[in-house]
Amino acid sequence: MMPDGHTVRGVRDAVRSRARSATELCREALAAAERLNPQLNAFLTLASDAALARAAAIDRDLASWQDAPLLGVPVALKDNLSTCGIRTTASSKILENFVPPYSATVVERLERAGAVVIAKTNCDEFAMGSSNENSAFDPVRNPWSLDRIPGGSSGGSAASVAARITPLALGSDTGGSIRQPAALCGVVGLKPTYGRVSRYGLLAFASSLDQIGPLTTTVYDAAATLNVIAGRDPADATSAPQAVDDYTRSLTGDVRGLRIGVPRRLVEGEGVDSEVMRACLDALDALGARGATLVDVELPHAKYAIPVYYLVATAEASSNLARYDGVRYGFRADSKDLRTMYARTRDLGFGAEVKRRIMLGTYVLSAGYYDAYYLKAQQVRTLILRDYEDALGGADAVDAIAMPTSPTAAFRLGERASDPLQMYLADVFTVSANLAGLPAISVPCGFTGSGLPIGLQLTGRRFDEATILRIADAYERDTAWSTKQPPIA
Amino acid sequence: MRPGFTREQVAAIAALANLELDESELDLFARQLGDILAYADEVQRADTAGVPPTASVVTRHVSDRPDVVVRCLDRDAALANAPDAALDAGLFRVPRVIG
Repeated sequence: MMPDGHTVRGVRDAVRSRARSATELCREALAAAERLNPQLNAFLTLASDAALARAAAIDRDLASWQDAPLLGVPVALKDNLSTCGIRTTASSKILENFVPPYSATVVERLERAGAVVIAKTNCDEFAMGSSNENSAFDPVRNPWSLDRIPGGSSGGSAASVAARITPLALGSDTGGSIRQPAALCGVVGLKPTYGRVSRYGLLAFASSLDQIGPLTTTVYDAAATLNVIAGRDPADATSAPQAVDDYTRSLTGDVRGLRIGVPRRLVEGEGVDSEVMRACLDALDALGARGATLVDVELPHAKYAIPVYYLVATAEASSNLARYDGVRYGFRADSKDLRTMYARTRDLGFGAEVKRRIMLGTYVLSAGYYDAYYLKAQQVRTLILRDYEDALGGADAVDAIAMPTSPTAAFRLGERASDPLQMYLADVFTVSANLAGLPAISVPCGFTGSGLPIGLQLTGRRFDEATILRIADAYERDTAWSTKQPPIA
Repeated sequence: MRPGFTREQVAAIAALANLELDESELDLFARQLGDILAYADEVQRADTAGVPPTASVVTRHVSDRPDVVVRCLDRDAALANAPDAALDAGLFRVPRVIG
């Protein structure tokens, strides 16, 4: 590989200038995936034949692909994104042999932009989890420390990019599932504004919160990918009509005059690891030195974000996952009568965390509890949203809000697996952006003393991905974190 | 702190959710759902008098579209993943519904 061969931009430019062929790069990515997967377990399916055929087609007709923004870029897709003809499991036994008859809109857009899908990545089952330990196909391991979790739920996607197997992966983010694994694996992860990217073909978890986004090694690459996947899609009624910027044009390095809000009281109250706190404060100092103004902000209702999230998301999940009944697709348990077939199929097909959330969601939507839990949570969701609107749009408006992406670096496999509630607390800083529908990015901001990556999160105004990308990119210019590779790579 | 769930309560929720839980799952979920809901009860402390609920953050709905026929999945593709398809008849087959 060339020096910048692990970036989207480097690969695209190399193929464009004919320094490298799409086929060579595809072969290298597939070989790296095969070599490292026994250790990482990041991939559930390699699409070798389809990928090589596609790369060859690009190489044969390079002239007509010249302007393709992701020309020849090998990409890995979280396994809850439908890929026509390529097995898509959502890391669940219930979909172990499911082969979608169509592709998600984001997949079609990536392919039209010249990207080559090489693999489907392991994740928490139906994207429910913060450690990847909820996969029916065993956990992904963190490339920086193989006895630690990669974060979740898009852990395989983060590991693929961190281990320099693919320069780009897509994940989905319902409560932090792009940003938290990005932080814990030392890569960039972007959750766009709700509605910015079509969800058509994403296996739904919580429809009012889910959003698809990129994981990359650099902020530029995230911006270039957002250019491709963003935009209105007639197949998703919640996709937004707002015009799509060229997000790479906002990466000027200039943050002078920008105001960055820091919710100190929230961060200090949530038991953030001291090394994580130090790295994030240093990152903010660096942005201050570049001319950004740091301002204290209050998010008084953020402390309710986790309970609200687990009431709203599970309610939506219990409804969305009702479709897995053993009739039209997926696993079916044998039974002589229909209702027992449904119930047995779902008991044997779903893993413990998925069942736990379906149960919780069913309960909070049930007669007698709906008002106390679900309705109440939706009201508090409004208060959380208003906190952000006040901070980002009030009289003393800030342009972005900064905090750690995760309160800790990657924890050990098994460390929190027996206590679901402890696991949920890992999402304390990420779920608010989903509840409020705002764009948020995690950018690498250092390492712990034992060499584990740390991420800084920036949350922006609705449809203003440009500003958080600009700030993240400016910070990246002052550091070398994005060039650091795990020893395994 | 709300009390934990009884096994009977968990079984009733499981029936609503079409889940056939085994004995050990009933015990496990009785404890865990109780713990999670005790924590989630935090939301009761927020003053929400007069606050409207947010079900979706979408502010501009553009779901209208021309009512035209478009290509959709053909029958064979739709049946291809079925655990028990009657391909010739173009049907999904399920266990007996009426006894």
